[in-house]
Amino acid sequence: MSFDTSLVRADRISKTYEGVRALRDVSFDLRAGEVHALVGENGAGKSSLIKIITGATQPDQGTIFIRNQPVDDLSPRRAKELGIAAIYQQPALFSALSVAENLALGLEEQSFWNRVNWRARRSRAQKLLQRVGAVISPEAEAGSLSMPEQQLVEIARAIGADARVLIMDEPTASLSDRETENLYGVIRQLRQQGVGIIYISHRLEELTKIADRVTVLRDGQVIETRSMAGISREELIRLMVGRELAMVFPKRAAAPGDVALELCNLCCAEAGVRDVNLVVRSGEIVGLSGLVGSGRTELARTIFGLTPPDSGEIRIKGKPVQIASPADAIACGLAYVPEDRRRHGVISELPISANATLAILSRLSRGGSIDFAEETRIASEYLRRLRIKAPSLHTSVGTLSGGNQQKVALSRWLATNPSILVLDEPTQGIDIGAKAEIHALIGDLAAQGMAVLMISSELPEILGMSDRIAVMHEGTIVGVLDRAEATQEKILNLALGHSAQNGALLGEPTQ
Amino acid sequence: MNFRQMLTRSKRELPCVIAFGVLLLALALRAPDFFDPQNLRDLLVNTAPTLIVALGMTIVILTGEIDISVGSLFAVCSVALGWLAKAGVPILVLPLAALVIGAVLGAGNGWLVARVGMPSIIVTLATYIAWRNGLLWITQGAWVQNLPAGFQWFGLSQRGGETLIVLSAVILLIAFAIALRHLSGGRAVYAVGCDREASRLAGIDARRVVFGAFVLMGALTSLAALLNDVRFSAIPSNLGTGLELKAIAAVVVGGVSITGGSGSVIGALFGTALLGSIGTALVFAGINPFWEKAIQGAIILTAVFADAAVSRLQKHVHLDFSRAGSA
Repeated sequence: MSFDTSLVRADRISKTYEGVRALRDVSFDLRAGEVHALVGENGAGKSSLIKIITGATQPDQGTIFIRNQPVDDLSPRRAKELGIAAIYQQPALFSALSVAENLALGLEEQSFWNRVNWRARRSRAQKLLQRVGAVISPEAEAGSLSMPEQQLVEIARAIGADARVLIMDEPTASLSDRETENLYGVIRQLRQQGVGIIYISHRLEELTKIADRVTVLRDGQVIETRSMAGISREELIRLMVGRELAMVFPKRAAAPGDVALELCNLCCAEAGVRDVNLVVRSGEIVGLSGLVGSGRTELARTIFGLTPPDSGEIRIKGKPVQIASPADAIACGLAYVPEDRRRHGVISELPISANATLAILSRLSRGGSIDFAEETRIASEYLRRLRIKAPSLHTSVGTLSGGNQQKVALSRWLATNPSILVLDEPTQGIDIGAKAEIHALIGDLAAQGMAVLMISSELPEILGMSDRIAVMHEGTIVGVLDRAEATQEKILNLALGHSAQNGALLGEPTQ
Repeated sequence: MNFRQMLTRSKRELPCVIAFGVLLLALALRAPDFFDPQNLRDLLVNTAPTLIVALGMTIVILTGEIDISVGSLFAVCSVALGWLAKAGVPILVLPLAALVIGAVLGAGNGWLVARVGMPSIIVTLATYIAWRNGLLWITQGAWVQNLPAGFQWFGLSQRGGETLIVLSAVILLIAFAIALRHLSGGRAVYAVGCDREASRLAGIDARRVVFGAFVLMGALTSLAALLNDVRFSAIPSNLGTGLELKAIAAVVVGGVSITGGSGSVIGALFGTALLGSIGTALVFAGINPFWEKAIQGAIILTAVFADAAVSRLQKHVHLDFSRAGSA
């Protein structure tokens, strides 16, 4: 096959999820024998694009060309037949099966009555593993392998399936230095064979080593595609973050009061949180930034008693407290609005009234009996205050739009009269109008003296809302920026920068 | 609350209520003898203990768990209460003793499920076997006989005893219907059954709720055992075989979601009534009663199938709403 031919071309792809534009007019191409890096902040549209190329979702507009042929019925199965394989951060092997069986599952003729030729299965597994330089026994149980080993098995499977297009999502995130070099070797070898590789990584340094071209995505749009040669890290970051803030945020006169929440050397091995120090004052909004997987949600869960800390101290209004369960946290005046509201923020089968009062159930009842008048009063108060659009209080929350569901989740916690509010991605997947309303509400709450700790993957939101910004990396806070000094570049540098210098350490387990 | 709201709220119970209505209608046309007061009375007295067990099963299934040990528990409690009566425990203390014995046995299941974290189907399968065989070993299969004179019908006339049995079941039914709706504990049961993690995040102690459900299940089963015991002059040691299936089937047919979180005790009532009257209905309709189990099986399958179909339908409706309501 000739090189420089187009393997995959996305032409003006657009995709909208529940009113939120994930991709806008995205054009992208991958040539044979190139490593094409895809970079962008959290939520820039990388995974949406990958989902479309692998056939997991269909675009609303635009066409995917595979080897210059338009394909309009791309499904995961069809993508596989066309030689597209993806390897994700979390390997997806069948952990109870052997390596050889895992390799066979994707590759062998799948017919129920086919007799298994164990010898052929084993020898092919052996060959494929050799090709990726893995020293793994084909008989080993996949679940017993380390993460990098599992990853190599996945690459071997992709090679075995004659993949022409290999998509790698953060493949080095859990690899040691030596393993990373090993992987580079495999990638270079594949490249020589004419395989095209889409390479997603937050480690900008490694891109200069391995990538031929880079495409920068921001807010669902392609900002630039260019040759990797001669592009600097600073320039990449500048392209990733862009210049202006896309939204208008409520203006607030910040007058932080006393310290409401103080974390001292907080550690939780189970959650991967280590040595966190942070202060949040009443009336202050502290933004918690960091890449996906940097431990932001895990920190929130530790504070809220879902994964209680092993060591360190949580102080509330200066007093050390023991928080071993969410009930303890609520008693301390904490409230936590979790991310992924559909799963954990609301109970979608229950009506609005029951959802809004679930966290104050014990206060709402007299001798165990629910005071329905009080329930209606509280729920309708928040329905009005948060402008929740719903036919009635008895509507089950599952039927509401994302923004209104999030408002119900918020009202549940506001009903507890918390002094400290922890918000985890409060506006994720919500349309612009509801977003602005929630922003205004958070601003009001802080103005009334609530201490707010807000996790967000959107840098403009973090910059627009926060008085101070704490940046997490590898389970700990690596820097705190004041509103005045904070820029998208500085935040991203902190979130990434650590990994740039200490990339080699990433493979080691963090204690 | 207008009629439409009432229909929407009770949409899970409705199919079973309709089915029961159709059955009664068919009997009225084909076999009006079914409505003979004596027959209805027998039917009520026979079904009352099953209904009480079904109430407990409703709570357990609402929390997303299951208890298949109730048949064995029923047998153990029956015999234990018989022994207590023979040992001279006054008849007025027996109901209390029943509650305590049942609660303790149920707490065993609850502890293993909620605290140790074992799957309820395995835990209760194990206790189902253990209690049944333990009882067989201890009694050597012997019945409890020579019960004291005041035991049968609680020392009342047969009529009085029967009335008391049915009345107990009715009172418990009403109490549980109110409790599930009006007590915060009832609300917690639904919340835990819908989404355990979300409930935990809202500060609800999900493990305590599940533990409590098993304790209640045990207490109710034991009470049902007592109400059943007093109907006879001797207590066999193999009582309650198949009771767990009867109770689970009644609850599921009554519209309680087997995955937890939705349904009501009113549904369980109609489920028990429907499945419990089929056998007698067949006799009166002149159909070979060998069909009873087959028809019950068909009803259960239909109920589960309808539940799956409805929830699939609802998912689509949700999507449509979310589009219409997004703002």
